[in-house]
Amino acid sequence: MKPLDPRLVRTASAVRVHLAVTVVSGVLITGLILVQAWLLARVITGAWAGDGMDVLGPMIALVAAVALTRALLSYLAETSALHSAARTKSQLRRRLIAHVTGSGKVWLAEGGDGRDDSPKAGELVTLATRGLDALDEYFSRYLPQLVLSAIVPLAVLSVVFWADWISGIVILVTLPLIPVFMALIGMHTQQRTDRQWKLLSRLGGHFLDVVEGLPTLAVFRRAKAQAAIIREVGDDHRKATMGTLRVAFLSAFALELLATLAVALVAVEVGLRLLGGHMDYQTALLVLILAPEAYLPLREVGARFHASMEGVAAADQVFTELERRRDEGSERPAPAPTGRPSPTTGGDLRLSGVEVRYPGRDTPALSDLDLTLHAGEHLLLTGPSGSGKTTLLSLLLRLREPTEGRVEVRAPDGEWTPLRDVPVEDWRAGIAWVPQHPYLFDVSVADNIRLGAPDADLDRVREAARLAEADGFIDALPDGYDTRLGERGARLSAGQRQRIALARAMCRDAPLVLLDEPTAHLDPENATAVRTAVARLLEGRTAVIVAHDTGWAESVSGARLRTAHLPLLTERVSR
Amino acid sequence: MSAPATRPGVGPEADPVIESVVAERERRKDPLRRMIALARPRSARFALGVLLGGAATGSGVALLGVAAWMLATAANHPSITALSVAVVATRALGVSKGVTRYLERLVTHDAAFRTLAQVRVRVYERLARTEPFGRFRSGDLVSRLVNDTEATLDLLVRGLTPPLVSVVTGGATVLVLTVVYAPGGLLLAAGLLLAGLAVPLMAAALNRKPGQREAEARGALSTALVDTLQGAPDLVAYGAMDRHVARVNEADAELTRVARRDAATLGLSEGVNALITGLTVWGALFLGVLAVEEGTIGPTALAVLVLTTLAAFEIVAPLPAVASRLGAIRASGVRLFGVLDTPPAIAPPAQEGLEIDPDADAPVHVRGLRVRYGPEEPWALDGVDLEIPAGATVAVVGPSGAGKSTLASVLLRFRDPDEGRVEIGGTDITAYPADEVRRVVSGVPEDPHVFGSTLRENLRLAKPGAEDDELWAALRGARLAHDVEAMPHGLDTRVGSHGLGLSGGMVQRLALARAVLAAPRVLVLDEPTAHLDPDTRDAVVADLLAAAEGFSTLLITHDLTGLDRVDRIYVVRDGRVLQSGTHTELLAEDGWYRDVHDR
Repeated sequence: MKPLDPRLVRTASAVRVHLAVTVVSGVLITGLILVQAWLLARVITGAWAGDGMDVLGPMIALVAAVALTRALLSYLAETSALHSAARTKSQLRRRLIAHVTGSGKVWLAEGGDGRDDSPKAGELVTLATRGLDALDEYFSRYLPQLVLSAIVPLAVLSVVFWADWISGIVILVTLPLIPVFMALIGMHTQQRTDRQWKLLSRLGGHFLDVVEGLPTLAVFRRAKAQAAIIREVGDDHRKATMGTLRVAFLSAFALELLATLAVALVAVEVGLRLLGGHMDYQTALLVLILAPEAYLPLREVGARFHASMEGVAAADQVFTELERRRDEGSERPAPAPTGRPSPTTGGDLRLSGVEVRYPGRDTPALSDLDLTLHAGEHLLLTGPSGSGKTTLLSLLLRLREPTEGRVEVRAPDGEWTPLRDVPVEDWRAGIAWVPQHPYLFDVSVADNIRLGAPDADLDRVREAARLAEADGFIDALPDGYDTRLGERGARLSAGQRQRIALARAMCRDAPLVLLDEPTAHLDPENATAVRTAVARLLEGRTAVIVAHDTGWAESVSGARLRTAHLPLLTERVSR
Repeated sequence: MSAPATRPGVGPEADPVIESVVAERERRKDPLRRMIALARPRSARFALGVLLGGAATGSGVALLGVAAWMLATAANHPSITALSVAVVATRALGVSKGVTRYLERLVTHDAAFRTLAQVRVRVYERLARTEPFGRFRSGDLVSRLVNDTEATLDLLVRGLTPPLVSVVTGGATVLVLTVVYAPGGLLLAAGLLLAGLAVPLMAAALNRKPGQREAEARGALSTALVDTLQGAPDLVAYGAMDRHVARVNEADAELTRVARRDAATLGLSEGVNALITGLTVWGALFLGVLAVEEGTIGPTALAVLVLTTLAAFEIVAPLPAVASRLGAIRASGVRLFGVLDTPPAIAPPAQEGLEIDPDADAPVHVRGLRVRYGPEEPWALDGVDLEIPAGATVAVVGPSGAGKSTLASVLLRFRDPDEGRVEIGGTDITAYPADEVRRVVSGVPEDPHVFGSTLRENLRLAKPGAEDDELWAALRGARLAHDVEAMPHGLDTRVGSHGLGLSGGMVQRLALARAVLAAPRVLVLDEPTAHLDPDTRDAVVADLLAAAEGFSTLLITHDLTGLDRVDRIYVVRDGRVLQSGTHTELLAEDGWYRDVHDR
């Protein structure tokens, strides 16, 4: 992983500001380090030579001034780093949200796009909040050290060379050895760790495995016997881990050893030349004070690398997500929405030779489908799971485009036109959708019901709830229609959630209704209420009802009911 | 190391009243202290680690101090012999820092892993004793519990070792400097205490408010995000996506505003630390020069004083991170003990060691059984009566949430009845030790677990030491033998985590084979067809009922597959038995069973 992701610099303007601030403060801090070292060496030498406070006083005062300036500088740098981190996180988060809710809507609608590496909604939420928070550490701790590790060693080296070229050479030789050794050891460690990884993760995962299986163990009266095994595996785990750590710690060992040994070498060599009269005391002190400073930033960067890389990894995940499915944007410019429901939703609909094929699957989800839906008709669509019922609905919702064939619509008194020429927003504005598992939002009941009609007043919301058989239990809620539903509508039962979704559809008052197995998973009482509500919803509207079986036929009876059966396509390729 | 059972007041033999008092006192302690008590660090190894760490940090400080002395002495051009000790010492210190640091890390990690191994056992033993399985429902809780146990490693390596090392090295450095020049030593002590103790504490106190504000803002953002991403299909279909993205952006703006406003407070400790370091060095220089002027100390001592002070702040550098680390470990402790403090799910029997007659028939009678999960909760089982005659197959069916699994957990002794009783062969099961009941009543619990091990080991759980013949017989009984024969390593195939993934149907069959192998007299099968598709469901139920031949069997299920083959069916809803009878009888009467059957 790169210490500084170029995409991060390119994407987030806050990062560029931060980099500039960091470099400036890095240069200033380097200057202060050099000034302090010179002042200390000068004052100590002065005192040794017999100078009194009268001579040294101003220089001592300068040391205090340096301390104050350095403190102020690091305070400002830290504050500015936190500012930049907050802004960068916000910028990345907004781009991520815009991306996944815009172009990524297809896979979101299905909870993952079927590829193994696509994250679920929950993972995206974690990434956008906690994941990105790791950038704080990266910005305020790692980047400044990275900048310092580029500036300070060079500056120190130049000054030491100027003061005493022999010490300069010692530092010049040892300094580059550190990254070289660390890289060599790191590669070796990586190989070894990779080889051991399986064993380690198995031993490390044993405890979780046993605790998860504790109920099973208890049933077979084996729970107590496992304690000894946990102890044994723990011991094996320790031995295996220590084997890896002995090697893994070598890289830190090399860093520490080289850095300290180099300082010791410089000290001894300077001391001996001072003794021999080849060097003056002040220069010797200056070199001794500066030598550790050359190595310090490298050590700090090394120590902070891992913690900070979490933030970089999170940013990397965001970029991966941003690059995913960029290709799926439609090739043709989308027709502009008019802001009104399309009249075609109140007309006829025709599918000819439609095929839908998911990327990466051999068998299509729908194939060679011909279907006509006339205005006002109720189409009951049955078929076993896997026959493509839900795919057909997502086609009608325009969450998907057919890979083959045509979908055409005709407004009352209009001509047949391809569905894709109807602006997608206008098309959806004429649709009310009741999914199998409706999602309820953590806002008030009323706002949940007016999801598709934000301007609806409370009377209209109440009427919709009454028609959906939902008014009874809503009135019983503590704050009635103002009750917040909690995450995922946690307050309500499945049947109640279904009725809220029906109220939502009522409130939308759209000419075309799509229903997805509305009573699956419901107990008989709730199912009865939902059926009554559905019957009301369908009055005077065109509808497609998807169901596992034809049990629905009785309750949606009426002259306009037509049944179609989707056969199961040949064995889907199991992945 | 003593086993936890021998600790006073916690052993199984202890008086329950005293135990609860001790437990209460224990509960009120700080969770961080309880984490440390749980770890009971291996003191000898741990102390060695601290000493090595002290030697490492000390080497770095001493290197500069000795080098300063060497230069100051050399400046007066004495003979080389005056310097020889210092030269050797400087070189030695140059090497020893790296070496001791390396050893310290090995020793403390080794000690921490040893401790962790024992903490795991202690946590496990407590879980095995109290069996808080009611809280195991969320897999999230279990993995968090395990992670919180692993926090012991962090506690020892990053939580406790660094401050102790700082105390050792800081104390030694202050002592040496005090000998060189007492005011200088005191000054350094003050500086180290401020930077190492006062500043982290101040930072923690200052950050509490901003931390809360940020957590609130983050919570709001998280909720808005969850709603927008998980409700995306509904939002897209109803054209409400833009409004919800705006809601997320608002929450994001609020979080960013809070974070930026609080940056001024959060950045403070960094600046204050730099200030303390700089001013202490300045103070040492100032006092030192004055002392040299007055003749209290020589110029050599001045060099040692200033350069040692300069290097000494390395000692407290790791401490600010420790404060937040310990905060995280305390949070782990709160969660961990939240589970560990759960009182045992079942009360011990009044009389020790009662056994169920191995030869008598063991019919099960459930009489007026009521169970609830808390005093405020509704009854999960509200007066259930049912009977499993010896050798009969009985099904309990009903919608999810009806209380069926609660019934299974009472039968398997995962919890006590609140009212009413369950009898085996006429005796209340609470009179027997839990494991004695499980010798007779066993089966497939809700969500049976496949252990990350071989198939053989997974089966042998139910009957330790069983021969392969018996295992194959059980596999045949569960119709799993063919699949196992087809596996690359047969019974030696690794399954579970890090092994071959088994399909839902195979997991249920494996659990069934285990149950058959355990050969209890009463077989309890809790939702053996959960997570299965309809075709597999039919096959598994058929196999179950065939394999259950000869046992008394209680089949708990939410769907009606195969119920025409059981002797008696009880329909349970909202914790009560609504209907009972045979398949044919139930189809003949109005009610839930027929409604669901006809759907």
